[in-house]
Amino acid sequence: MPTDARQPGLASLLEAALPKVVVAPSFAAMLVFIYGFILWTLYISMTKSTFLPTYDFVGLAQYIKLWRIERWWVACRNLLVYGGLFIFFCTVLGLMLAIFLDQKIRIEGALRTIYLYPLALSFVVTGTAWKWLLNPGLGIERLVREMGWSSFTFDWLVTSEMSIYCVVIAAVWQSTGFVMAMFLAGLRGIDDAIIKAAQVDGAGLTRIYWKIIIPSLRPVFFSAFIILTHIAIKSFDLVVVLTRGGPGYSSDLPATFMYAYAFTRGRLAMGAASAMMMFAMVMAIIVPYLYSELRRKRDA
Amino acid sequence: MKRTMKSVIAALSMIALFAFNAAAGEVEVLHWWTSGGEAAAVQELKKMLQNEGHTWKDFAVAGGAGANAMTALKSRAVSGNPPTAAQVKGPQIQEWADLGVLTNLDDVAQAENWDPLVPKVVADIMKFNGQWVAVPVNVHRINWMWCNPEVFRKAGAKYPQTWDEFFAACEKIQKAGMIPVAFGGQPWQEATAWESIVAGVGGTDFYIKTMVRADEPSLASDTMVKVFEIFRKIKKYTDKNAPGRDWNLATAMVIKGEAGMQFMGDWAKGEFTAAGKVPGKDYDALTVPGTADAFLFNVDSFIMFEVKDAEAKKAQKAMARLILSPDFQIVFNVNKGSIPVRSGIAEEPFDAVALKSMQDFAATARTGGLMPSMAHEMAVSPAVRGAMFDVVTNFYNSSMSPQDAAQKLAMAVKEAKM
Repeated sequence: MPTDARQPGLASLLEAALPKVVVAPSFAAMLVFIYGFILWTLYISMTKSTFLPTYDFVGLAQYIKLWRIERWWVACRNLLVYGGLFIFFCTVLGLMLAIFLDQKIRIEGALRTIYLYPLALSFVVTGTAWKWLLNPGLGIERLVREMGWSSFTFDWLVTSEMSIYCVVIAAVWQSTGFVMAMFLAGLRGIDDAIIKAAQVDGAGLTRIYWKIIIPSLRPVFFSAFIILTHIAIKSFDLVVVLTRGGPGYSSDLPATFMYAYAFTRGRLAMGAASAMMMFAMVMAIIVPYLYSELRRKRDA
Repeated sequence: MKRTMKSVIAALSMIALFAFNAAAGEVEVLHWWTSGGEAAAVQELKKMLQNEGHTWKDFAVAGGAGANAMTALKSRAVSGNPPTAAQVKGPQIQEWADLGVLTNLDDVAQAENWDPLVPKVVADIMKFNGQWVAVPVNVHRINWMWCNPEVFRKAGAKYPQTWDEFFAACEKIQKAGMIPVAFGGQPWQEATAWESIVAGVGGTDFYIKTMVRADEPSLASDTMVKVFEIFRKIKKYTDKNAPGRDWNLATAMVIKGEAGMQFMGDWAKGEFTAAGKVPGKDYDALTVPGTADAFLFNVDSFIMFEVKDAEAKKAQKAMARLILSPDFQIVFNVNKGSIPVRSGIAEEPFDAVALKSMQDFAATARTGGLMPSMAHEMAVSPAVRGAMFDVVTNFYNSSMSPQDAAQKLAMAVKEAKM
């Protein structure tokens, strides 16, 4: 019976191919829309494109120009300040909150929800709310002054040197809860037996946290770092809503710089060059970190 | 069976209906007039076209003062499917025409006699190689200063004609405990005030050299240093909450009598009107010191793309004709708060501020004081404009010296022109 023999053969073939068939469309889409367009952006960044793409090759001219623009330096410096502080505070505060919540306290569920809630808001909502809170004439400064402390000043939002820190405040407020949730999950995953053993050996609470619990959260630090880094580098909406890059362009980030050049100023090639620089920044941070983490895992 | 027949006939007649509609000539119009008076103004054009038997397909893209609409237009044009007409202004008209996608409107212009009706400075912006490729719609004047007479009276100050008088008035208003200048610290608002100062301090020739031709030696000149000095001095008379403030909130400060003056184009009038204020009584519109003989204009316009369909072409030409027709010019500009772009329009429907604007528009068109606004995309390419914005806003929001600012301005413009 040749037909009968072929039937199961076809079925098993299908079964083997099915995962590939199912994944193929999304794989193809990713290949084109992510990697394809990265290459396209790279090519555009090496042309003279103005307000529509053109394909005359000029090499690295746009990159040389880009690094001569003062505004780009401001944007890069801001990214460093913002990214650094954002990642640091989110991690520290997130870990602290998670440890406090992990003390088997009452109404933990409700507290957890409260801390996690900002994540449910979009950056646009966060930005608008903080814009009002930080505005000296409407928000915190006015409130404190009306309560009697008339010399109180908190005008970072309208001060060129300080405006980027306002973005940090709003971003930390939004993302800390999420980091907390990640750490909380990590804490719950730690085997009680190890802690009990340490207690039996006479280790104090601080020592247990420093020597056992926090080191065993290493993979969580890793994920938190990766997620926060990419949130920092792609930050766009928060700045647009909160400060509009101002005063002046003092709180500009590479992403807002890229948008301004590519889409409102008709300098597509320059915008593409700045996008490639952002891509390079992400790669410069993520690749070594990923490499060292993965190697550690293999070695272990 | 009968029922099937019926539905087939119904379907066929539907198809016939659609086919007929398409043949009657459709214009698809990209614009960003989506709010209040502007939206009402566009509706009038739609009605007029429909009265002539054409159909109007709205392609409104709100937000970003047209930046979003431009992004939509680019993607449509790149894919080879541009709309019939799009709201595009200033030097960008030339960039689109240069791509060879715009249609020649000379036949309409000749039949309607546009050339003598529209001032040459404006017409030149609408033409590419001497051919009409765009239709101007309206004129906004930029170099206005909106004043609250009550504030001036309380402070014992008088309306300024020169910069010295201006700062004297500021001093008095500040002493009286009010804010002299209502300011919105956004790059475009800073540039709007700044270019009025350029015209006020440097005069017509200097304005043309710097803001239209972007001539580098003039940009770095001593006159430009003086401009920056005055701009910096104005900052002393603004409140510290100005950064990021929207222009209409700054106007509200003048309306409420919290502040004395605001530099803003004539769209600010709409805010006063909406608050029930009367020009000459509750508020006054003065020209920025030193610019009485100057008229910085912002003209909105539609570019017309080349279309193949003969009926659509007819509708397109009808649209071009209607935009400059006296009826539409009156209805549109009364709604939007601007003034007609062509001469020979009845004066009755317009208010005092608009009439003053119209007289000055006609007068400066003769004397050469009619100048395109840099801040509102009428004068230089978006790249050069962006470079100027960066320097101006950075100067205003930092402690950069006026000398450095002038040097940086020239350098940034040079870089952007390359």
